[in-house]
Amino acid sequence: MNNAVSLTARLLGAGLRALLVLTLVTGVAYPLLVTGIAQTAFRSKADGSQITADGRVVGSSLIGQSYLLPLEKGQRTPDADLRWFQGRPANGLGANTVNTRYRLLVSGATNLAADNPVLIRQVEAARAAVVRDNSVPGHPDQVPADAVTSSGSGLDPDISPAYARLQVDRVAARNGLPAARVARLVERHTEGRTLGFMGEPRVNVLELNIALRALTASH
Amino acid sequence: MGPVLAGVLQLLALTAALALVYVPLGTYMARVYTSDRHLRVEKWIYKGIGADPDTRMRWPAYLRAVLGFSLAGVLFLYLLQRLQGVLPGSLGFSSIEPAQAFNTAVSFVTNTNWQSYAGEQAMGPLVQTGGLAVQNFVSAAVGIAVAMALVRGLARTRTGDLGNFWADLVRGTVRVLLPLAFVAALVLVACGVLQNFAGIHEVGQFLGAPQQWNGGAVASQEAIKELGTNGGGYFNANSAHPFENPTPFSNLFEIFLILVIPFALTRTFGVMVGSVRQGWAILATMAAIWVGFVALMMWTEFAHHEGALRIAGASLEGKELRFGVGASSIFAVSTTLTSTGAVDSFHSSYTGFGGGITLLSMMLGEIAPGGTGSGLYGMLILAVIAVFIAGLMVGRTPEYLGKKIGAREIKLAALYILVTPALVLVFTALSMALPTPPHSMLNPGEHGFSEVLYAFTSAANNNGSAFAGLDANTDWYNTTTALAMLLGRFLPMVFVLALAGSLAGQQPVPVTAGTLRTDKPLFAGLLLGAILIIVGLTYFPALALGPLAEGLAS
Repeated sequence: MNNAVSLTARLLGAGLRALLVLTLVTGVAYPLLVTGIAQTAFRSKADGSQITADGRVVGSSLIGQSYLLPLEKGQRTPDADLRWFQGRPANGLGANTVNTRYRLLVSGATNLAADNPVLIRQVEAARAAVVRDNSVPGHPDQVPADAVTSSGSGLDPDISPAYARLQVDRVAARNGLPAARVARLVERHTEGRTLGFMGEPRVNVLELNIALRALTASH
Repeated sequence: MGPVLAGVLQLLALTAALALVYVPLGTYMARVYTSDRHLRVEKWIYKGIGADPDTRMRWPAYLRAVLGFSLAGVLFLYLLQRLQGVLPGSLGFSSIEPAQAFNTAVSFVTNTNWQSYAGEQAMGPLVQTGGLAVQNFVSAAVGIAVAMALVRGLARTRTGDLGNFWADLVRGTVRVLLPLAFVAALVLVACGVLQNFAGIHEVGQFLGAPQQWNGGAVASQEAIKELGTNGGGYFNANSAHPFENPTPFSNLFEIFLILVIPFALTRTFGVMVGSVRQGWAILATMAAIWVGFVALMMWTEFAHHEGALRIAGASLEGKELRFGVGASSIFAVSTTLTSTGAVDSFHSSYTGFGGGITLLSMMLGEIAPGGTGSGLYGMLILAVIAVFIAGLMVGRTPEYLGKKIGAREIKLAALYILVTPALVLVFTALSMALPTPPHSMLNPGEHGFSEVLYAFTSAANNNGSAFAGLDANTDWYNTTTALAMLLGRFLPMVFVLALAGSLAGQQPVPVTAGTLRTDKPLFAGLLLGAILIIVGLTYFPALALGPLAEGLAS
């Protein structure tokens, strides 16, 4: 019995020593070295690909934002600010429930199954909203899937070129711009597949809206 | 070009990249684990540990070292989380509650990385970088070490010597994982993955109030998270989060990292047993399953014929637009066929059959190509079973690589096969039978059952992904999934090392005309058949209640 205890203690001791030594290598030296190089060679990317417009930081090109009107009295959820291009729904975005003195952005998906009535209602409501909001002047008959589904992170920065095009008339009307100018803007901000085959074609909503603001200001 | 063709091209590009590094990486790892030289830095580490890397270990000694090291890992990680609230470098985050801290400690030590917490709001940089990411390295190195012990058991004769655990652990970390992770981390930063120690800070938005971001050493952790088939995300959304996986290229690169070591280890195996063709046969079986499952997944996801997905027009719920349906399907299959469990899209919102494929991928035992090391030893156990079945058919004593598969060997292999199904089915049944655990389900009907089945399949197979609607942060799930992870990791290792010991002690049997050639396509086919029959018979009833019922209902 004593033998077993001392053997266990010896093994545990060796295990702990090994863990501490390897922690120094993989948990201290490695991340510090990577951070050092990253901060030297790819500073802006390592810090989150922030974008500046009009002299102030307006977010990250990688993180989707919401473009909403301020809450009015008695309203529970704010309305979309239809002057701006809208991103994908983010119904799975979590709230900060631990360490609540922070208001951290908590990423997340809905995790709803395809046959769940809640998801069916969400998709149908989103679809109806897209049709309603964009019905001036041409009626959209085809609502793209990305316009009515929540992404995996809830922070998807992109929409499909089809969804961006669908919003062109509305955005142009609300900003007093010719539709052709806004359509050209969307065209310029459409990114194809990487090397022609990786991922999907997309439009970065934040970058598009920044360009839209500049266009409106100069118009 | 349509999205289907783009998906297929991405699969081809990935396959080509994996093929390119297969021989050099596999051969290099064989050299690492057979060399008798020690690097200077390794000598320092051995001195720090106080272990002699040249001591030969028989299987019980090897096993004791594995268990001692892992137990130390669980204790250390548990304490680190329990003390987070008072330790510096934690952003003032509070300590983790006991049940969740135990679950997370076990989860990372067992290479599972099941997460019942949301990283960005619960774990500070000290725990993430100094605790969780460290286990990402060493738990992967432990897996490879055990696989190498089994390969030595097959390759050596009339000896008890399976190598030295400390040497295998340190070499795997220093010579294989660290250099690869270092390069991978820099590639990921160049794509846009975060790597800073900025802590929590505010960043302005286009409209409205600023956002609060939690920075961190994300790229360095992301690299080893994929490379070591760990899968625990820095953020709640895991590899769907743009700061973990910003571009279509980083997405394919991360899938590459997940698969590269498990596939290449079949080459290492071939070199070490003195016949690379033996490695080819194992590789062929793994690759056939992987490609087949990816094809099935793309088919069902592009068909998107269910409920909300039909109304939406594409299976994009829970998927990031920049990856699309094709690349998300490749990621989902690759992460569940290995023991990774990282996700770039949320499996719970896949089609009924798509979710079923992710479940079945894990139920195969994560052997195609499986986790780092655990995939290889899992597949070799099934190879032992396959030659045994073939031996029964022709009435000959089965043998594998010149080793007789006798009563002791087949008992150990059978015990290995029984562990995970027993854990999965018993815990799932208990969770359904007890009054409160079903309250954790998010979705109604078959899908709710699938959430529970998925949780225990993922835990017992050390995967870590989830049908994440399930509220797993309860005492019941934190405790039972932790038990499933522990037993699902270490019981099989006991049987693998015992088997390695008994194989190493044998006298080799001469090859005759009657020997079943295990380096031929016929054997790869036999192995594939054995896997599908064993897994099919074990899990069909459970699958029928969950994803099959859901998929057929639409």
